[in-house]
Amino acid sequence: MIPRSQIVLAGALASAGLLAVLQPRIDDYFALIISNIGINIILAVSLNLINGYTGQFSLGHAGFMAVGAYTTAAITMFGAPKFAPALTQGAGIHALFPIALIGGGLTAALAGVLVGAPSLRLKGDYLAIVTLGFGEIIRVLFRNVDSLGGALGLNSIPAYTNLFWVYAFAALTVYVVVSMVNSTYGRGFLAVHDDEIAAEAMGINTTRYKITAFVVGAFFAGVAGGLYGHSILTIAPTGFDFMRSIEIVVMVILGGMGNTTGVIIAAVLLTLLPEGLRMLAGVRVDLPFAAPFNNLKWIADTRMIIYSLLVIVLMLARPQGLFNWANRGAAKSKF
Amino acid sequence: MTEFFQQLINGLSLGAIYALIALGYTMVYGVLRFINFAHSDVFMVGAFAGFYIGRGMPKESFATGLLALMGAMAVCALLGVTIERLAYRPLRNRSKLTVLITAIGVSLLLEYTGQFVFGAAPKPFPTLFPTRTFNIAGLVFSSNQLVVFAVTVGLLGALQYIVLRTKVGTAMRAVSFNQQAASLVGINNDRIISFTFALGSALAAAGGILYSLNYQAIDPLMGVLPGLKAFVAAVLGGIGNIPGAALGGLLLGVVETFFNGSRFSTFTDAIAFAILIGILLFRPAGLLGKLQIEKV
Repeated sequence: MIPRSQIVLAGALASAGLLAVLQPRIDDYFALIISNIGINIILAVSLNLINGYTGQFSLGHAGFMAVGAYTTAAITMFGAPKFAPALTQGAGIHALFPIALIGGGLTAALAGVLVGAPSLRLKGDYLAIVTLGFGEIIRVLFRNVDSLGGALGLNSIPAYTNLFWVYAFAALTVYVVVSMVNSTYGRGFLAVHDDEIAAEAMGINTTRYKITAFVVGAFFAGVAGGLYGHSILTIAPTGFDFMRSIEIVVMVILGGMGNTTGVIIAAVLLTLLPEGLRMLAGVRVDLPFAAPFNNLKWIADTRMIIYSLLVIVLMLARPQGLFNWANRGAAKSKF
Repeated sequence: MTEFFQQLINGLSLGAIYALIALGYTMVYGVLRFINFAHSDVFMVGAFAGFYIGRGMPKESFATGLLALMGAMAVCALLGVTIERLAYRPLRNRSKLTVLITAIGVSLLLEYTGQFVFGAAPKPFPTLFPTRTFNIAGLVFSSNQLVVFAVTVGLLGALQYIVLRTKVGTAMRAVSFNQQAASLVGINNDRIISFTFALGSALAAAGGILYSLNYQAIDPLMGVLPGLKAFVAAVLGGIGNIPGAALGGLLLGVVETFFNGSRFSTFTDAIAFAILIGILLFRPAGLLGKLQIEKV
């Protein structure tokens, strides 16, 4: 019998195919939003493996995303035309793009090893700051590589991203993370999260688990970066700053650390929220006693303030996340 | 040789500002053991408070400058206490992670509110103090650099006096040593923590004004990078250690300025983080800190 998770994966891949077939009929703007939702799902679910399940608070996910975005773009823009020009035309791009994405993911995973090996000896807020620092260092490095556009970044990246690739990789991310955590081996991630000292006493190699989580998370962040770059067609070091990492962290927190379903819901909602609030800018309501507020533009203008207040209120009132009904998660951890 | 000393002077005046911000991080870490991410935005609010006070003044003079400095310090002390009271105190016994995320939330709130209230575009900062340049033995000093040194030395001295010689300072040290024991001998922990936030935030405001005097433009996101670097300075000196923060800030300022003058200037923003990673790997307690053994 085929395990249930593989049936779900097959179903998700089929839906990705269906989306790709439907794409020409969808308005470009909505297609972009749907694609961004998928990319954010990959980012949030992969970060959840590090921050949620393994309990290692990383603030450098955007850095890995940058590594993936640049590597993938370098492969499709410079590598392929030079070494395999056949792949850049016609049906060849359907083979080139996944290869480039996986290349981007692997490079990001390598960066994950380089960052993780020294910094995972640290805990809690120190780890957060060091991963943040690494993210910034990666950004400064890209700013100084002239062949990758320097501070201006890369322009006119080919538009290879479509809904099939986004959702196929999103399904793969969810499948890999869920299967890993639910396997016998994967119990080690939860053990590291719950009590590192106890886990070590049980004979679990905690460093190895932490690095594994970091590398797998970085791999998918790299893939997401590649998809993102080939979707918005221009990437620059400023697009992968600290704020980008925070956005992903907020998705994980809102969904509930260590709860994949919740994190997926949060990624969908938080991608839609700014778009929805932006649309409110054109809406007028008729409130008799609040005339200055009748034009809902003020909500659109203050949407980022609402967003940050949401984070604070959430932490004060429901630190385990909005969609975490089970008891495990941030609320009970002490680290 | 002249160039070396010139860079040293520039570096020290940048470092003095890092030191002022780093003190806030280190003091809060000392009593609460967490990184107050919002500190860098308190620094920004301080600069804006100075901007509005300075703009309301007729012309630059020492009185104007000092008034703006004092006013901004008072505003930020109040802001720091409010943040602690509303956001951090309810989380006193929660996991560190929850507090860290809340601090990030407060930081974002201040930045976005700043963008909404002050506008996102950079604003020219008024010259609060009368400006002159001095030329001594081939070295160029601006009067603003002298102001930076004078204010920093004054504030550091005052802080050292408060922490070491007054009753409230003794209580602060007691709380940072052991909160439970401190409350057993009758110290009101909450009040001491509020006081620490007020003190740290006032120093950040002073740092904000001094920084803006030298860079002449302010915007709501100006605090992010200096804030992170000042945190690095605090870790470099040994977090929780007040002289360490001052030393770390000065060192970092000097190193950065020398880097900026070399041909690797485009890497300047990365050097602070490289130092951070190095220090955490090889001497996690910092230059002046004492290593604490973790107990199970």
